[in-house]
Amino acid sequence: MTDFSVGAQIPEVRVTPDKYLTNRYAGASGDFNPIHIDEEFAKAVGLPGRILHGLWTMAQVARAQTDAAGGPQTLKRLSVQFRGMGVPEQEVIVRGTVLEAGDGRVLVDTVAEQADKQIIRNAQAELKL
Amino acid sequence: MPVNTKAIGKTFEPTLYAVGREKIKEYARAVGETNPIHLDVQAAREAGFSDVVAPPMFAVVYSSPSVAPAMFDQDVEMNFAMMVHGGQQFEWGPLVVAGDEITTTTSVKDISEKDGRGYYLFESVSVNQRGEEVCRGTWTNIVRGV
Repeated sequence: MTDFSVGAQIPEVRVTPDKYLTNRYAGASGDFNPIHIDEEFAKAVGLPGRILHGLWTMAQVARAQTDAAGGPQTLKRLSVQFRGMGVPEQEVIVRGTVLEAGDGRVLVDTVAEQADKQIIRNAQAELKL
Repeated sequence: MPVNTKAIGKTFEPTLYAVGREKIKEYARAVGETNPIHLDVQAAREAGFSDVVAPPMFAVVYSSPSVAPAMFDQDVEMNFAMMVHGGQQFEWGPLVVAGDEITTTTSVKDISEKDGRGYYLFESVSVNQRGEEVCRGTWTNIVRGV
């Protein structure tokens, strides 16, 4: 059982999106914006190359909560700010710290980082245990 | 140039999304879910659900058909070339399982400007076939150089 006392860290999620992940996520989610799947297009609009879908990264933040708390029914609210850009083939690390706890409700402050750069910050998850 | 705020409060026609078992599994694999209730109907039933359970972020899948047309609406006048997805919030109610039918209604919650950036907030409200609110999404898009 994960420790959800104030100040405790939830277990990290580490995942390295492979080269073709953005194609699979595009198909699964329906978001075919070419900045995620077309290297030439992404570069033409000033990006370093194809970038991750922000909502895929948010799904990793969500998964860190539901894996820690014991299932999808525990996640009642999640808000995030997208910053910077995630890229394929580099490890994404999700870290969360319990901010508040009481009455079976927990608030977890979470970030998602890639190469020491935050790609999601100020993520707040409300969990019902 | 100031942002045009005339679309604030505009509400769009609801969309209906039928949640499929294989779609949930496809989505769950794409985001790396390992909990078998998302991937295996037998495991989901043994856990007391009628079918595979959608991960919470599957809300993106059933609400996008409603949210995307709102973002492209001519009255909203959002410049996509300069837009970034700045923030996202979801609030969840009862879990969604394969076989559910989800109706989503999107509205323009706010349009404002600060320091040369336009802030466009959309709200999606998704209810299941029993009328229960399964998810409320707040989508924040930021447009540079307005």
